[in-house]
Amino acid sequence: MKVLVGVKRVIDYNVKVRVKSDNTDVDLANTKMAMNPFCEIALEEAVRLKEAGVATEVIAVSVGTSASQEQLRAAMALGADRAILVETDEVAEPLHVAKAFAKLMEQEDIGLVMLGKQSIDSDNNQVGQMLAALTGRPQGTFASKVVVEGEQVTVTREIDGGLRTVRLALPAIVTADLRLNEPRFAKLPDIMKAKRKPLATTNFADLGVTVKQSMRLDRVDVPSVRSGGVKVESVDELISKLKDEAKVI
Amino acid sequence: MTTLLIAEHNGQQLAPATLSALTAAQQIGGDIAMLIAGAEVTAVAEQAAQCAGVAQVLVAQDDSLRYELAENLSALIISLAGDYSHIVAPSNSITKDAMPRVAALLDVGQLSDITGVLSATQFQRPIYAGNAIATVTSLDDKQVITVRAASFAKASAQGGSATVTSVAVPAGSGLSTWVADELTVSERPQLTAADRVVSGGRGVGSKENFALLESLADKLGAALGASRAAVDAGFVSNDMQVGQTGKIVAPELYMAFGISGAIQHLAGMKDAKVIVAVNKDEDAPIFQVADYYLVADLFDVLPELIEKL
Repeated sequence: MKVLVGVKRVIDYNVKVRVKSDNTDVDLANTKMAMNPFCEIALEEAVRLKEAGVATEVIAVSVGTSASQEQLRAAMALGADRAILVETDEVAEPLHVAKAFAKLMEQEDIGLVMLGKQSIDSDNNQVGQMLAALTGRPQGTFASKVVVEGEQVTVTREIDGGLRTVRLALPAIVTADLRLNEPRFAKLPDIMKAKRKPLATTNFADLGVTVKQSMRLDRVDVPSVRSGGVKVESVDELISKLKDEAKVI
Repeated sequence: MTTLLIAEHNGQQLAPATLSALTAAQQIGGDIAMLIAGAEVTAVAEQAAQCAGVAQVLVAQDDSLRYELAENLSALIISLAGDYSHIVAPSNSITKDAMPRVAALLDVGQLSDITGVLSATQFQRPIYAGNAIATVTSLDDKQVITVRAASFAKASAQGGSATVTSVAVPAGSGLSTWVADELTVSERPQLTAADRVVSGGRGVGSKENFALLESLADKLGAALGASRAAVDAGFVSNDMQVGQTGKIVAPELYMAFGISGAIQHLAGMKDAKVIVAVNKDEDAPIFQVADYYLVADLFDVLPELIEKL
């Protein structure tokens, strides 16, 4: 079974984002970029499936500019066998990405798609669900446990009230939540080896995907900041502030 | 303009988040129909019909909708979508699962987690864990929207007199099967609906120590929350996580104990009316968003608070 893993290049998890002074967007110039943390978890799961003999090949796919090659190389250092870049200079919307993945699923005869549940930049949480809908395949979103058995995958999902387990017929789409696994770090020999692994480049037109813009970004603002707090010295003072000043207890 | 609002409910009660999404739908304008989907939803449909500003209640009752599996729920919404310009739902784990499918099947984009309605096609939504607010215009002929409930006041659950109509339910896909639920059973208020939230982080130290927070929560009639660090450490279950990828809460009072205040956590609670933080680290980032903060050991503070309240 071949596993397709989505890899998105985003701002590094530890970097605080700045809004441009003209409010047209956030400022990513000279900012450290990295693989989206949820994509790392999805990749780790796919690599473990290969190590367990369940998956035969792990293919990392990214939709983005040529700079995304860096994250695809990183994915191959972490265990992906090869990579495909769907190159575009435009901002790819979730539906565009889902359409590209749908084509690749068909071309590559994919049995399981592992994606992060959301990217930490646009916070959309859409691609996996859209891909499942477009391909007519079942989905297991926000996964905290994935077990492949024969032609089925059993997915334990993090939902509002706790956990829910569903069984899906393969091929299926699974999106990773935080607690699915703890991704490994790449070892130096693997980083060197990844440089020689195949990285193919394609684009929306070659895949036969028509890109129609759904959203226009009008402006980006800094959220309103809470004014600085009052330091209290004791529990008594805290209780009196909450009772008399804030009137919340 | 016509909006189809997907109700959140538990089979007996309409969830408060539905009323917040109703406010967003009212701001969009036009007629509003509310869809109640589930296995046994008669009681919920009656409540929905009372909600202010709802013209029509659509009831989809079928065993295939018991767990509101995304494949089945999205097929139902698609079967109704033709009549509406906007399809709106409060953001929760069911709609996050189903609504992007609806958008994809309609070949349109989705607006996730909107926090403001500027016009029928222009909205605000947080990006980068709420560190930036985007204003976006939908260019599609239909808008598929999930609403961050904490950002909208609740519409009145009274004063309406909607017609109630049953709708046909498409056959289930059969590709996805429910196996089991492990739900947290609690007498405390629901985290996303509570007026008060008591929350703990890594500093609480253990599962056993969370009992102290539970006592305080019970004293205040509060829901219990946690940071990602506390959930990852196994102190509490995943459904208690407050933050960018967990629950987004906006209670009257949020009390944080032993939480340092990573931006991902702040994204989930910074809209609370009053924030209290207790941490022994004087430089804890959470103090920058707290209305009142106390630099102290939470194990000294909690017993005293429980006793004096």
